[in-house]
Amino acid sequence: MSAAPEAAAPRFAPGARVRVKDDWPETRGPCHIRTPHYVRGRMGQVVRPLGAFPNPEDLAFARPALCRQLYHVLFDQPPIWDDGKAGDTVMVEIFEHWLEEA
Amino acid sequence: MAAPPSGASLALLDRLVAALNAKGLVSETEIAERQAITDRASPEIGARMVARAWTDPEYYALLMRDGKAAAEAAGASMAGTPELGVLENTPKQHHLVVCTLCSCYPRALLGYPPGWYKSFAYRSRAVREPRAVLAEWGTQLADNVEIRVVDSTADYRWMVLPMRPAGTEGWSTEKLAALVTRDALVGVAVPRV
Repeated sequence: MSAAPEAAAPRFAPGARVRVKDDWPETRGPCHIRTPHYVRGRMGQVVRPLGAFPNPEDLAFARPALCRQLYHVLFDQPPIWDDGKAGDTVMVEIFEHWLEEA
Repeated sequence: MAAPPSGASLALLDRLVAALNAKGLVSETEIAERQAITDRASPEIGARMVARAWTDPEYYALLMRDGKAAAEAAGASMAGTPELGVLENTPKQHHLVVCTLCSCYPRALLGYPPGWYKSFAYRSRAVREPRAVLAEWGTQLADNVEIRVVDSTADYRWMVLPMRPAGTEGWSTEKLAALVTRDALVGVAVPRV
């Protein structure tokens, strides 16, 4: 089910610095998004591309879903969470259309 | 720990299944087959995979390269299930799996998730203060071990490959597998002799 042929090649390589879009579609209407609130607007680093998967934002509403590249993106625990310990990390699956070059 | 479903939610489920049936989207048979696969799955399959990876370098390589193929080789039914990623613990890095958005869990491999995995408390605290959560589990990690929380947010399901405990040299895979608990497979615990 991964690496569907119609998906473009991954735009980001392992190690790329990225920023998660500071976007809040839930303020504009019904939506289904897989990008946790706590990483939006945050800087992270691409660990690796995970393959391409149908966009869940369309799948959830039974709309035709284009395949999008999915990445494992790594964030430093603080400053994401100030309760965390320096050196600890959080790794999250994020779709390419949520990422921009940092 | 999870509360039993209410009569209202069961009635809603019946109506949903009836509607899906009427539209020809899913049959009772397909639902029963999927339930049977999850019923057959159990943390023992994951434990067998870990023990084999500890003792068989070729299987270890397969597990790290293609989790689903390694799970199939261990007897799990992975057809139609999400990708399976494997997170290898090392002396410098410990992985903890959570799904903050819902309750994504490698069901095909480990069976139904425990109630605590689906609780708001675990889902909110595991990303925020993982060391405190682990300590409450009795899992103490040295300060120089990085904790990498893995938030399972999309199309993969994740299992942890824990470190083989010292003092288990020469053990059979059966004896090793008995050390690997469900909790160790998501990283809230570590195997101990």
